[in-house]
Amino acid sequence: MSKQEKMHELRVLAAQIRLETMKTIGSLGFGHVGGSMSMADAMAVLYGAYMNIDPKNPQKEDRDWFVMSKGHAGPVMYATLGIMGYYPIEEAYKLNTPHTNFPSHTDRTKTPGVDLTTGSLGQGIGEAVGAALGLKVQGQPSRVYVAIGDGEADEGSVWEAAQFAAHYKLDNLVCLVDNNKRQLDGPVADIMSHGKGIGAKFDAFGWNVIEVEDGNDVEQIYDAVASAIETKGMPTALILNTVKGKGAIFAEPTGAHSSQPTKEQWEEGIKACEESYEAVKAQN
Amino acid sequence: MSFTLIANHESDKRANRDAYVAAMQEMMRENSKVCHIDCDLMNCINTGKLLKEFPDRTYNAGIAEQNAMAVAGGMAATGMIPFVHSFGIFVSRRAFDQAFLACAYSGLNVNVIGSDPGVTAAYNGGTHMPFEDCGLYMNIPGAVVIDPADYAATYALTKQIAAADGIAYMRLVRKTVKTIYGDGSEFEIGKGITLKDGADVTLIASGIMVDEALKAEEALAAKGISARVIDMHTWKPLDEELIIKAAKETGAIVTCENHQVGTGLGSAIANVLAKNAPTPIEMVGVQDRFGQVGAQAFLAEEYNLLAADIVAAAEKVLVRK
Repeated sequence: MSKQEKMHELRVLAAQIRLETMKTIGSLGFGHVGGSMSMADAMAVLYGAYMNIDPKNPQKEDRDWFVMSKGHAGPVMYATLGIMGYYPIEEAYKLNTPHTNFPSHTDRTKTPGVDLTTGSLGQGIGEAVGAALGLKVQGQPSRVYVAIGDGEADEGSVWEAAQFAAHYKLDNLVCLVDNNKRQLDGPVADIMSHGKGIGAKFDAFGWNVIEVEDGNDVEQIYDAVASAIETKGMPTALILNTVKGKGAIFAEPTGAHSSQPTKEQWEEGIKACEESYEAVKAQN
Repeated sequence: MSFTLIANHESDKRANRDAYVAAMQEMMRENSKVCHIDCDLMNCINTGKLLKEFPDRTYNAGIAEQNAMAVAGGMAATGMIPFVHSFGIFVSRRAFDQAFLACAYSGLNVNVIGSDPGVTAAYNGGTHMPFEDCGLYMNIPGAVVIDPADYAATYALTKQIAAADGIAYMRLVRKTVKTIYGDGSEFEIGKGITLKDGADVTLIASGIMVDEALKAEEALAAKGISARVIDMHTWKPLDEELIIKAAKETGAIVTCENHQVGTGLGSAIANVLAKNAPTPIEMVGVQDRFGQVGAQAFLAEEYNLLAADIVAAAEKVLVRK
């Protein structure tokens, strides 16, 4: 398959992930649309191109791991895992219903394919660092991918994890920063700015840093991950400059953290994603 | 379970921390999954020995306890059996959210060692004096919480928590403590040990308070009062059966702990008694106060953690029997 064909495949997958994310959150009608939709393209690249996984054997020993440290983006992970075949996608539509296996925040004890439990921001990256170390010590070839938010990077524990990962030279760890510029109370720049930038911070902590100008462009993400995999002796941070709510017509204009639109808005939003999915498929 | 009782009120010649290190050395030799994570306090508990023998499985997380705990959770998810150590205050208060979520809620086997419990923090003072560490961990569903009495207990229970599922928190006195048990004594998580039988009152103690309770038993015997003494090394899961039996047979209970009574052993035992066998109870321990700096002997007196305080509490509870 040519790279061009592969990129088309990943764009189709990203559009499908967006559609299924909307259907998943739309099932109850409210949830973390913004930070889920900004991640769809990165999820498509990781699961569609790079990760060594077996949906029929989620605990496969030499698998690659993915940790959604920004745990509220659970729905985009559930959509992705469903599309990949860990379970029928309709299962994910039980999001947040009683006794569900699909809670708001990702939970390793509930959902096949979820490797670590997150939800208290700033913890998942530390867990991912521990997993990367544990796998390395046990001689596994596994790579650990972890996604954090730019708002999440307010947490000091993110930087404790960053210093540990660099100190122990965890080059089997890749951190994707969903730099969507928004946190719950508003723009990151207004709420808690990041000094010289999140990339500059990771650089100061001894990481290889790759700025991805458009973090919603699958080809740019694809090239950046390839470069991360090549890097030895240090972990890599990919700064994905994304748009919060990307592709959700009611959330993208406001960049809202969570959304509870009307039933009609949901119908329009899902329809728009369906149309977008069909349009991307036809682009070949 | 078999044990030998020494209880001569003399200090063990070995530092208590070495019991932990010895147990870890043996486990790390036998099982390549066992590992130790420290937080810039290796020199305080001699885990440099582990680093020397197992450089690939002994980690220093630096002064970053929250991350150390999250890393432990991640490592446990890959099948490793991590132990995390720092002072009791840091692995409880400081890293509690990580212990709760990244380890316990995640269903992972992580073993937490908190050194310098209660008044043994001595000259580090009130800022470093955990009177609430066990109480915090007891809030976690399914957690195992342990306050071992001496070298033999620390050695044996270190191995037990490695084998137990879920999160375990164990206190560790760094220096020498009074010998209660002979080497080779057996311990089981969740099973209290009756050290002395008695008919009039039961003294239930843990950690450094076990020796005080044994001294109190002797003082009470001299006054014609027959006291039963139980080492309740495991605070959670609590040995309810043994407590109820003691309450029914002796009719009066005194709890003895190097911890806040309101969130610790005393309260947990009162809870069992209220539900199963309402019995007069007195609680020797810290009464809703912060720690402070000083020699351990001064602090034990200041917070009323001595045998004389246990005797007074026993006499008080007997009036209500």
